[in-house]
Amino acid sequence: MSNARVETKLWVWQRLSAAVLAVCVIIHLVVIVYAVQDGLSAAEIISRVSGNFLWLAFYSVFVIAIAVHAPIGIRTILKEMTSVGPGATHMIMATFSLIILAMGFRAVIGLFNASIIG
Amino acid sequence: MSNSIKVSVWRGRETGEFQSFDVPRQPSQTVLDIVTFIQRNIDPTLSYRFACRVGMCGSCAMTVNGKPRWTCRTHVDKVVEDGEIKISPLRNLKVVKDLTCDMTEFFDKMNKAEGKFHPTKTRNDDFDVVLPDDPTRQLAAQGIECIGCAVCYSACDVVEWNKDYLGPAALNRAWTLVNDVRDGGNKERLTAISGDSGCHACHSQQGCVKHCPKNLSPTRSIIGLKRATMKAALKGEI
Repeated sequence: MSNARVETKLWVWQRLSAAVLAVCVIIHLVVIVYAVQDGLSAAEIISRVSGNFLWLAFYSVFVIAIAVHAPIGIRTILKEMTSVGPGATHMIMATFSLIILAMGFRAVIGLFNASIIG
Repeated sequence: MSNSIKVSVWRGRETGEFQSFDVPRQPSQTVLDIVTFIQRNIDPTLSYRFACRVGMCGSCAMTVNGKPRWTCRTHVDKVVEDGEIKISPLRNLKVVKDLTCDMTEFFDKMNKAEGKFHPTKTRNDDFDVVLPDDPTRQLAAQGIECIGCAVCYSACDVVEWNKDYLGPAALNRAWTLVNDVRDGGNKERLTAISGDSGCHACHSQQGCVKHCPKNLSPTRSIIGLKRATMKAALKGEI
């Protein structure tokens, strides 16, 4: 794939993921503010999200969008601000994306499967 | 208005120092008038560049009190700070001497961005009809008044970070040609401007828009190019 094509596609992916994130962040913040009305406790959170497939789907999309969006931005920062070469930049991008996916899904699946003890 | 103004002028090349001059104030005095006064009355070795003096040629741009400006149309009253003016060469370009920059890189990038017309007809063909209210003509018209002064190039932080970045003026020029129905070079042009030094490197910070003396919006042109490259990439043209 030509350089022009790669750069254009990365731009499209970052724009698309940004559009998804814009919606996700608004819903995320609104739900936080709404949910806090009844008091915030671990039990309250788990009772709301555990086993909730809609919640699972929403946060899965959220995590994937971040894993697409953030590494492309990191790539730009590395290119502009450091002397890291293109090969190393792609490795850092891929690693960063995998870390976001692993940490994000660990949290999402953990809360989905969580149950209140005691 | 005091009778004189303290002017600090960059002397030297990449290394050098500011030299102070006292210049008499005049009504409606421009920054270019000040530089010209110094060269003709105080120090004839001062180097600077100008031609038309009326904001058409784009050759007299300098950094005035930290901001890139066309000096022939910048009134001293507008930029003076505490009775002082500091004048240095444009940022992001090599200094030839004093206030004169080497513009080679700036104009080379116009070529690299395929900022030249690719004709599609011969002298035997009839004229294209381009109506003033045609949407592509209107898009081209928004960027066509560029005078190539390099103020935007000097204002752009991406140029500072990435020396290969084509810059606002070259990309704006490319966008006017993308919207020229007579031009046949869009495949080459869109390929040329979408590499890692092209339109996708722009952060939309709009330093170019803020400082452009012709009130153009290179950022808007670059956004247009981003969309055009996206369409071309989806069609497999680039």
